[in-house]
Amino acid sequence: MHNRVRETGGRLVRMVKRDEIGRGKALAIRAAALLCAMAVGTLLIVALGHQPLAVYMEMLNGSLGSRTVLTETVKIALPLIFCGIAISIAFRMRFWNIGAEGQLLMGGIAATYVALFHYQHLPRPALLLVMALAALAAGALWGLIPALFKARWGTNETLFTLMLNYIALGYIRYLQTGTWRDPRMRGFPKIASFDLSARLPNVLGVHVGWIVMLALVVLAYLYLTRTKSGFEISVVGQSQPTASYIGMNVSRIVMRTMAISGALAGLAGYFQVAGVNYTLTETTAGGIGFTAITVAWLAKLNPILIVPVAFFIAILEKGAGKIQTTFKIPASAADVLTGIILFFMLGCEFFLQYRLIFRAGRKETL
Amino acid sequence: MEQKGATERRGEVAVRMRGITKTFGSRVVANHNAHLEVRWGEILALLGENGSGKTTLMNMLAGIYYPDSGEIEVNGREVSIRSPRDAFELRIGMIHQHFKLVDVLTASENIVLGLPGGVTLNRRAVAARIRAIGEKYGFALDPEKKIYNMSVSEKQTVEIVKALYRGADILVLDEPTAVLTPQEIEKLFAVLRAMREDGKAIIIITHKLGEVLAISDRVTILRKGEYVDTVPTATASVQSLTEGMVGHAVRLEIERPQLPRGEELLRVQNVTCLNADHVCKVKNVSFSAYGGEILGVAGVAGSGQKELCEAVAGIQNVRGGSILFRTGDGYENIVGMKPDVIFEKGVSLAFVPEDRLGMGLVASMDMVDNVMLRSYKAGKGPFVDRRSARRVCQTLIDQLEIVTPGVFTPVRRLSGGNVQKVLLGREIYHHPRVLMVSYPVRGLDINSSYKIYDLLNEQKRRGVAVIFVGEDLDVLMEISDRLMVLCGGEVSGIVDPREVSKDDVGLLMMQAPGKEAADA
Repeated sequence: MHNRVRETGGRLVRMVKRDEIGRGKALAIRAAALLCAMAVGTLLIVALGHQPLAVYMEMLNGSLGSRTVLTETVKIALPLIFCGIAISIAFRMRFWNIGAEGQLLMGGIAATYVALFHYQHLPRPALLLVMALAALAAGALWGLIPALFKARWGTNETLFTLMLNYIALGYIRYLQTGTWRDPRMRGFPKIASFDLSARLPNVLGVHVGWIVMLALVVLAYLYLTRTKSGFEISVVGQSQPTASYIGMNVSRIVMRTMAISGALAGLAGYFQVAGVNYTLTETTAGGIGFTAITVAWLAKLNPILIVPVAFFIAILEKGAGKIQTTFKIPASAADVLTGIILFFMLGCEFFLQYRLIFRAGRKETL
Repeated sequence: MEQKGATERRGEVAVRMRGITKTFGSRVVANHNAHLEVRWGEILALLGENGSGKTTLMNMLAGIYYPDSGEIEVNGREVSIRSPRDAFELRIGMIHQHFKLVDVLTASENIVLGLPGGVTLNRRAVAARIRAIGEKYGFALDPEKKIYNMSVSEKQTVEIVKALYRGADILVLDEPTAVLTPQEIEKLFAVLRAMREDGKAIIIITHKLGEVLAISDRVTILRKGEYVDTVPTATASVQSLTEGMVGHAVRLEIERPQLPRGEELLRVQNVTCLNADHVCKVKNVSFSAYGGEILGVAGVAGSGQKELCEAVAGIQNVRGGSILFRTGDGYENIVGMKPDVIFEKGVSLAFVPEDRLGMGLVASMDMVDNVMLRSYKAGKGPFVDRRSARRVCQTLIDQLEIVTPGVFTPVRRLSGGNVQKVLLGREIYHHPRVLMVSYPVRGLDINSSYKIYDLLNEQKRRGVAVIFVGEDLDVLMEISDRLMVLCGGEVSGIVDPREVSKDDVGLLMMQAPGKEAADA
């Protein structure tokens, strides 16, 4: 306690939670984050010996520049949108469903089963419809299992949904090496390609899933904000004691919501196998279920915002692939570049919620 | 630091805080230009309503917060208190409202926890010193008793001894009486007086005026974070202190309209409840509630009030007994039913739980959605009807004078009084027959509290059976027609508050189980 110099404040920088942020200001922060990301990305590109501007232009060109690449980008974005909505519905209830990957695969497995073994029994529209229903049901089941265990025995849904991903993946490996292996592939373990009647038709170059997607975005938005069930999801998510106090059946709501969430992820699996790959492989999901978590968070769990966010991620992914071939940039470096951009875009969320006050400028500025 | 003898420095200034300002975030000004001065051998009461910045100011003395600006002097020397350790070096000890003790350790282990010293603990020496402190100031404390076996009052004693053991000369007590019975409060005050005689400087934070007058030498009043005045207690009265706290004259009587007792609307018979850990929280409780009366429920915090209310509301599992609501001609036993089923059976119960923002309302939702909680299932079709909820909101805002930036503002942004009006307003909007309110004025300013009392009386006049679980015994004695006292989950008595004294009720609050409770 001797000769301590009196200072005016505690730490050099304080974080203060923002009350609310204006739209213009939020946009400015995001734009600044994108600029920072590109600046840091520039360092990487220069270190690799390339022209930064040319590389960035090529990323845009390679993902949006022509009709062909644009349809490819849309195909990347579509499953992200389906899974993003599926995840948002669960996350709004604070049910941490990180099992969209597995739910997608189960949907794919169910659709594939119908496509492989019943294509000759049904006319094409009925076949495609039954495939879709099977995928919805299988996804719903895969979502329902962790919800049931949580409601009954209070298990942790994060671990549970994560582990179910590996079970689904393991099941596909079993199917392609065992019972569903295509005999025409000789020794190569692969599931046969679908009959033409089990493939979804294209509209404007992309399978019809994009029309379903547009409808689903609107429906999901209305469901979450306007319906009684959607209201229950919000109340259970925000405060379970309130939900019980008001007389909501929390377990039933949790199970119902997870069935919907799983079903939507399963639908994404259906569009992947019936609209993109025309078969089922280990890479049918390929991390979509995990990337969709980023999409859902960036979109603030809002189904409408999920569309632009998913496109942004799809542009990054497609663009990164393009610069690999054009500039011979190694795949890992392209991934680092997308990582940098994502890091800044996610990081700027902090500045949207908090502001920093420096000791020197302690007069309140807002 | 050199120490003068205790008697020598009596009357000199121990702590002086000048021009203290502390803000949280950009809008919350907890203290603005606050002053405070306490002398050796004096008890200073720090008085103010909830949210007036009393605790924040004292936390700055205890090293928990650091002021944005202002000066603190201890013993005439300017100091900078950056951590609880700094405060401890200055011999400042604070007893927080929520005790900071390790449950599985004994009293003496808690007391020496964190003190410098070797790896081994000389239990005998520690216990001897604790006993010496106890004898000096007149409290009994068993150094080897585990915290989880202690009553609230014993835990508080441990906290006080902990401060004294560390050599504290300046003691700050944050709302020390909130959890004590009248008898325990008297004991605490005796200890505080003994410490004053010993020359210690004591600051007691409170918002209860009777206690201020009973124990303190001087009073410092804060209002909305600002310093109002410091007056000698001898020249103050309840009226003058209230006006200082609130800023204008207030009416201090609570009405108790005399009405003929209506019919029995709720009958609770031999109800027993266990909590999640299978601990019995409510034991064999029986009582009735009648239309047109307010049944007060008193008891030390944690005597089973919460579980009993939740059992009546159908949220708590009931182990035995029956809960009968009057419906039409007969009674409906709601034990085992969920709240929505209870509602469908025609039971008209409104419940204002003690945890307003955690149970009664959804803090992050706006007023419309919160009001809609009770009625969202109404109407056909899958969509919710926000339009009529919005109309209800407007009615409530007008009738209850709710101050809010708008019906779409999250309710957590509203002040405590307005939050309670939203909740109570929603609950009484549908004209319940039984209204159960749990700690309805906790954390509310005086004006809002009186508004709530008026609303409860209005419901009583309408013939509603009101059950009022409260903590302020003075209020309960004034407003209730009958007063039920709980002790350890059992009913220790149902009395007429007009015929008994506060001390009688205090004894019932402490009454050991075993005596048969007689229903009035």
